[in-house]
Amino acid sequence: MITTSNLSKTYNGKTVLKIDTLDIPKGQSFGLVGNNGAGKTTYFSLLLDLIQPTTGFITTNSIQVNKSENWKPFTSAFIDESFLIGYLTPEEYFYFIGELRGQNKADVDKLVTEFEDFFHGEILGQKKYLRDLSKGNQKKAGIVAALIGHPEVVILDEPFANLDPTTQIRLKAIVKDLAEKQGITVLISSHDLLHVTDVCERIVVLEKGEIVKDLITNEATLKELELHFAN
Amino acid sequence: MVKHFLNLEWKSFFRSPSFQANLFLKIIMGFSALCMIVSFLGSGFVVYHLLEKKLNLDPLATINKILIFYVVFDLVIRYFLQKMPVLNIKPLLNLSIKKNTIVHFALNKTVLSFFNIVHAFFFIPFSVVLVLEGYPFLNVLGWHLSIFALIYCNNFITVFVNNKDAVFYAVISIFLILGGLKYYTIFDITDYTASLFQAFYNTPFLALIPIVILVFLYITAFKYFKKNLYLDAGLAKKATIVQNEDLAWLNRFGSTAKFLKNDIKLIKRNKRSKTTLLMSFMFLFYGLLFFTGIEAYKGPFMKVFAGIFVSGGFLFTFGQFVPSWDSAYYPLMMSQNIRYKEYLSSKWYLMVIATVISTILASFYLYFGWQAYAAIVVGAIYNIGVNAHLVLWGGAYIKTPIDLTSGKKAFGDKSAFNLKTMLLSLPKLLLPMVVYAVGHFISGEILGFSLVAILGLTGLLFKNKVFTIIEKIYKTEKYKTLHAYKQGN
Repeated sequence: MITTSNLSKTYNGKTVLKIDTLDIPKGQSFGLVGNNGAGKTTYFSLLLDLIQPTTGFITTNSIQVNKSENWKPFTSAFIDESFLIGYLTPEEYFYFIGELRGQNKADVDKLVTEFEDFFHGEILGQKKYLRDLSKGNQKKAGIVAALIGHPEVVILDEPFANLDPTTQIRLKAIVKDLAEKQGITVLISSHDLLHVTDVCERIVVLEKGEIVKDLITNEATLKELELHFAN
Repeated sequence: MVKHFLNLEWKSFFRSPSFQANLFLKIIMGFSALCMIVSFLGSGFVVYHLLEKKLNLDPLATINKILIFYVVFDLVIRYFLQKMPVLNIKPLLNLSIKKNTIVHFALNKTVLSFFNIVHAFFFIPFSVVLVLEGYPFLNVLGWHLSIFALIYCNNFITVFVNNKDAVFYAVISIFLILGGLKYYTIFDITDYTASLFQAFYNTPFLALIPIVILVFLYITAFKYFKKNLYLDAGLAKKATIVQNEDLAWLNRFGSTAKFLKNDIKLIKRNKRSKTTLLMSFMFLFYGLLFFTGIEAYKGPFMKVFAGIFVSGGFLFTFGQFVPSWDSAYYPLMMSQNIRYKEYLSSKWYLMVIATVISTILASFYLYFGWQAYAAIVVGAIYNIGVNAHLVLWGGAYIKTPIDLTSGKKAFGDKSAFNLKTMLLSLPKLLLPMVVYAVGHFISGEILGFSLVAILGLTGLLFKNKVFTIIEKIYKTEKYKTLHAYKQGN
């Protein structure tokens, strides 16, 4: 589904990302871990064509993302607050995203009601603009918006950060469901090793922009990761 | 302690994004500040003789007459431009600094603001001239101190009025009405206020009154701030109760509707865009300079110039910042499947609608004869047909992120000085004037107006072509734009 070839990103002579090859098959739940500055967000930004690669390229569904825009209809993402429109209410934001992705109001309503548990009564009908919501609630709205319009690839940057424990647990169920039941390719990054091993079938560890581990998750994975980051 | 504060201020000033602009910009900024100071200084020295010799008026009485509008205008300018001191207080709260110190410093900082200092450049020379001309020193001093006390009162009033839009607009409308009544000599408020200011001169110790008011305002401001120095009080972000808006009536615009709905919400719900709206409303009255017979603005081509501005206020103030209005969520827009043409048409429709509304509102120019209004109507046609495209085109090169929630930077954004946009702005004004001139000299004003209108209508034919060009620019500049917007957020 997603193929990365000879990809690198250099700022002022400093290489921040260098991935020679990485293939992510369709329907995989894929986790990216690494310390600050390891290149996680850089990789996601390259995947969304928000920055230009210095060398190499990424293709999804055989579409090279920095050459064609045809990946956009089946890809969605929530990276940070710059994916939210602050002066809209959550409902208006969902409808807007829905319209961009060819969904009518009823479709959006149907999808959003499925996440009422996840929202915990703090998103819908709050009569507040997104910019006035707390960080955690903004994140909830952003994550659900990324699921509107039947995407085939969902990219979430640190989705667990800022969420309360209940919501973290619910989010894990959602992510698992996306990959296992709906066959959606889910890419997440996280600093929380426990969550990421819970959710992801495969975990890649980045260090200073390079892949140092590529693991298929099993019982030993968490231990292995903890050991890696302890050193 | 004050030393630390000053150190922080120094750094925040020199390290602010707007200061770290390029050299060219710094020169322009410095130059415009200098211009203001020089013109204030110059008028301070010259105005006395000008009023007395040229116009045969009593200088002090005349100044006293218009002083009320001067003071209110000062308040208006401050409301839009003067930054409030609360901004950087948060990080200081949990440090071991007494609250009194923080509040005193924040308030005293405003005293040194440019908005207060600049008045000194006018009033000090004016007062000096008064004394030199034989006015009694003590009386002039009383008058002078009163004015300064009032200007500083404005300073502290701004501290309170900040964010209370309703109060502010009420005050503005009252004074606009009073100004109108004075202009048409129905009721002259200045008769009353002039005698008040005159009283400060006649009985110098009356200056104590504004000074006492000033002290009172300072103390109130101090108490108000101290009481509100909590994260959930004065330092809290104001969260408004809002309703979802459907704006379904916009669906008639087809696929553009989704963006149009968003843009209308953008304009309605953000401080910065509301300021822009107000500014474009002001443009409506710009033409008064041209049609009320001021010498410098005469000449047939200047009518067209005025027409372009009167109808195009919104077009220029809003349009030049497309796509920067969406800078806060540009990564979202760029990762969604957006048709640039639909996005652009939405902004285009907005500008067209605003131009039409401005033209209708400007119908009061008919009072100055049909030529005045004809200039505005053809100006509007030219704006819609040609300028709307040029403005969007120029905007594509502007990469200044816009902070929607702050209204303070609506004037003098650094992006105004972009070489490419400057080049693109030439045809906006010069071309219609030249075209009008050709028609005017060949046959007369009717041909002149017709030629400009025809040019505007011809421009409409190129809409698709221009949108394609802009789309290309958006695509080639995408990464640069994303990067630039990120710096601001």
